[in-house]
Parts: sequence; structure tokens; C-alpha cells
Amino acid sequence: MSEKVLMKGNEAFAEAAIRSGCRYYFGYPITPQNEIPEYMSRELPKVGGSFVQAESELAAISMAYGGAVAGGRVFVSSSSPGIALMQEGFSFLCSTEIPLVILNVSRGGPGVGGIQPGQADYYQATRGGGNGDYHLIVFAPSSIQEAVDMMEMAFRVAEEYRNPVMILADGLIGQMMEPVVLPNPIPDAVREGILKAKPWALTGTKEGRPHNVVKSLYLKPEELENRIMEMDLKYQKAKEQLVRYETNRLEEAEVVLVAYGSTARIAEEAMELLAEEGIQAGLIRPISLWPFPYEAFDKIPEKVKAVISVELSRGQMMDDVKIGSKGRFPVGLSSRVGGILITPPEIAADVKKVLGVER
Amino acid sequence: MMRFNDKRIRVIVGHYGSGKTEFAVNYAFQLADQGKKTALVDLDIANPYFRSRERQQQLEEKGIHVYSNTFGYDITADLPAITARIKAPLEDETCHTVVDAGGDDLGARILIQFEKYWKIADCDLFCVVNANRPETDTVDGALSHINRIEQETKLKITGLINNTHLMKETTTEDIMKGYRLCSELSEILETPLKYNCCMEELQDMLQLKTKNIEDFHLFKMKRYMRSSWLDR
Repeated sequence: MSEKVLMKGNEAFAEAAIRSGCRYYFGYPITPQNEIPEYMSRELPKVGGSFVQAESELAAISMAYGGAVAGGRVFVSSSSPGIALMQEGFSFLCSTEIPLVILNVSRGGPGVGGIQPGQADYYQATRGGGNGDYHLIVFAPSSIQEAVDMMEMAFRVAEEYRNPVMILADGLIGQMMEPVVLPNPIPDAVREGILKAKPWALTGTKEGRPHNVVKSLYLKPEELENRIMEMDLKYQKAKEQLVRYETNRLEEAEVVLVAYGSTARIAEEAMELLAEEGIQAGLIRPISLWPFPYEAFDKIPEKVKAVISVELSRGQMMDDVKIGSKGRFPVGLSSRVGGILITPPEIAADVKKVLGVER
Repeated sequence: MMRFNDKRIRVIVGHYGSGKTEFAVNYAFQLADQGKKTALVDLDIANPYFRSRERQQQLEEKGIHVYSNTFGYDITADLPAITARIKAPLEDETCHTVVDAGGDDLGARILIQFEKYWKIADCDLFCVVNANRPETDTVDGALSHINRIEQETKLKITGLINNTHLMKETTTEDIMKGYRLCSELSEILETPLKYNCCMEELQDMLQLKTKNIEDFHLFKMKRYMRSSWLDR
């Protein structure tokens, strides 16, 4: 491990991707993640990698698809409207089972929206904007260190599951500075081994192996159904093995907040404000957004009076909070949107409103 | 209260993430506390978040005039639209002005269009250095950064600001590491190390540690730019 340095989120994500063995980056500039293509354009050539600025996000994801089909560790990044343009590519990558790591440094929407932080890409990330029965595997860090530590895992999971993995980091995590310890670069031998572990990759048939075919078109319904059912087996396995979450003070809680990313950190300060007023709040912080940690909600004590989804969107995650709560508790929403970060006192006020207490 | 022996216009440049904005905002507040007519000019068009204009209201309550982009309070606009009004504090010889330029050489490029103000005798150009930033943690790294800013802007740095920190994990040893780096830079560049920035909670310890160092100028800082929940 290297020593602690002070880095901007976006720089740290880019450096972590390179140290995780990424050698191919395709992208198009969009605020608030522009430091990533800037960093990649400067640093990737130094390690023998390639950076391409595409003419659009659709072109970028298609180039990434090509690089990943050839077996490379490929990374793309963008922000909300740019991610929307990549949706077709995500569907194709899932259909053809091609690993890729996607970073979404999310901002406001819908449409062009604004450039301040947002979490309104929850549906886009977890329900998908592309066609067909597919899922992205989605992880949401709440600090730069967590994002950096997540990067190598994201590449490994993508390759193990042969499915794109998205890291959903909001604009604040991309733009803020934090002390961080970067992981050691993975050794060259390991990096070379990664290609060998991809017998499906299109690497040329000079050594005499049969042609590999990567396709997403299946005109016979039976073939397509088989294909989808095979993918579904993989998604069922992901639901068993990839759930990640943290809980905080659930046991003594009378109200439970659910928050991910930066919002979870704001919620933690709100919990302290509430404790000062004698209200015990607990927290569930989903780290994997798909698969969603529904099982965490089984740990909520019966005495809890309400579960509140705290998000920078209008109740998108609240759908999953309701599924997880199974009707055991009333579910409320605490939210700001449009690029405005909710504050700890605002969350505390929303909690008191839901609990019906005036203190 | 610390008296500044600086020129009327202070332009703040440095690596992005070095803490330019936090320093600029603190400096402006201290000037205002000394009863000086003070303006803060936000020329950061490179960075979309954590801009000094986010503290516009708080600054204005202290009587500090804030000049930023054409859209005033619209802090989210990522347009490089600088209002012509920023010339007012630069031309007003009674107004102490802190200019927060964008990060790196690219962010500092914006200074070029106002160059006549920086070339007058009454202007300082301070470079903020954080020795915990990976690209400015060595003499060579910091020098090449400063050279790039100087080449881009065709201006000479007139002072160094040691703002070495690790957010809430900062120790006095971090500040001393930055002090040693900046002292070396100071000799090479033949330009003074003006201030060593230190957050309130570390001031007593740092004073004790540096009491035998002649000319150690401690600059007291408060956290204005970061929400409390970020550094829990």
C-alpha cells in the first residue's frame, strides 16, 4: 500500500482504474467527471494503454464494447445524460456477456438537468434504460477511499460474471478532495493472465483455435429463450453473492434511515442531531444497489415506527425500500433534488414529521 | 490579529485541490475583520463545485464584495462568463482585493485577459502549495507546476503559501513537511514563503513546534468551504 495522499475523487477513480489493470478508456467530456478523461489521456499512454476521445457517448460505449470483446480491461466514465446515451451499449454488453466497468459521476436530470450532484439515476442504473432482460451490477461508494477500493473488485466481478459493473458515484464524490490510500498496481503477470482467462475473447485464430462468435441476435425464439435463461441463472447467483451493505445502530433504533453514496454521510450527521433530541435513528447504507440488500431490512426491529428513504431523487430508491420493508413499517421519503444537497437538519425535520413529533 | 504586509491586489493560483479557495476566502474574511474595504473576485471557471462564490452570502454579510460570473448567485453555471464588473475592485485603489483564480495552468489562463491589473506595482501573485497532493509533493513536481502557471500567465509568482493538509487527518507534521518543501522552493525561486496555513485546532501545537523558527508566519484558517458532514 502506498502512503496517504490528498486527491480529488475523479483523479483517484482514474488512478485506481489504471492500477486495477485498465489499459483502455473511451469517453466524451461531461461535467462533473471531466478530470477522468483528462487524467486518462495523460496517464494511460505512460503505461502502454490507449485513450480515445470519442465523438459522442454512444460512440464511446461502442468502442469500449469492441475493446472488451477483444479481452481488454476497459473502463468508461460519464455523467447522467451521457450515461443515458450509453444505454444501448449496456444492453448489448449484457446480451453478449462482455465485462466492462462503468463509472457514473451522477448529476441532476431529467434531460440535460444541471451540473450539481444528484441521485436521480437510480432507476437508470438499477432498472436499466436499455431493452431486454438484463441487469447492470451496481455499487455505490460513499467516500473516495471506498470508491478506490471498489475499482479492482468491480473489474473482478465484471469478469467473473461476464457482465458490466457500474460504480454509481454522485458528483460530490467526484469533485471533492479526500485523503486516500491508493492500491498497489496489479502485477503485469496478473494482468497478462486476465486475457488468458477469457477464452471467449476475439483475439485472432492464428494459433488454430476455432472462431469465437460474439452476437446478440437470436432469430429462433427457443435459442433466445435459452440465452435469456442462462443469463438469468447468473443474475440469480449475483443476488445471492454480490449483496453489500452496512448498518448503523439498527438495534436501538425507533426510526431507520436508508441512504447511499454522499447522502449516507449526511444522514449520519442527521442521526446525531436526532439523538440530541432523544430520537434514536438507525441507518441502512446499501453499497450494492443492484442486487439491492433487501435482506438488511429483515434486521430492522419490530418496534421501529418508520423507515425513511433519504435520496437526492423523488422516491426512486423508496421503491426498493418498500420491497425490503415488506409492509412491516410505514415508508417515508426525505429528499432534495435539482442539484441541492439535503442538509442534516432537513433530514431531521423530515423524520420528526413522519414520526408526528413536535419537539 | 495578523497584519498583512501584502500588495493591494492578491491573486491566488495553485494546483487544483491545493486549497486556493479556502485560503482566498479566509484571507478575505481576515481583511474585512481588519476593517478594510475588501472584495473577493472568483475567476475559477475550471471547477464546477467548491467555488468561493458558494459562500457569497456569508461574505457579503461581512461587507465583502463578491464578483463572479455574469449570473451572480447562479453558482451552478459552468459557463466561462466573467462579468466585466470585476474590473471595479481592481481599479479602485482603496479596495483590498483577493482574486481566486482557477486551478493549474489551465485555470490560471483566465488571468491573461486582465493582465494590465496584475502588472501594476500593487499586485501580488501567490501560489498555494499542498505537499500532500501527489503532483506537488516533491520540489521538482511543485516547480514544474509553478513553471507551467508562470508560462501560461506570463506572470511571476511573488509569494508561496504553504497549505499542506490532509483534511481532518492533518497533523502539524504535515504542515512542517510543507514548510520544508516551500522553504526549498522559496530559495530556488527567490521568492518568499509568505504564510503557513493552519486550521484553528492545530494552532497551539504548531506555534509550540515552530517557536524557534525565525520568520515562520502562521496563517490561521477556519473551514468555510466544506460542510461539517464531509469531515466527520
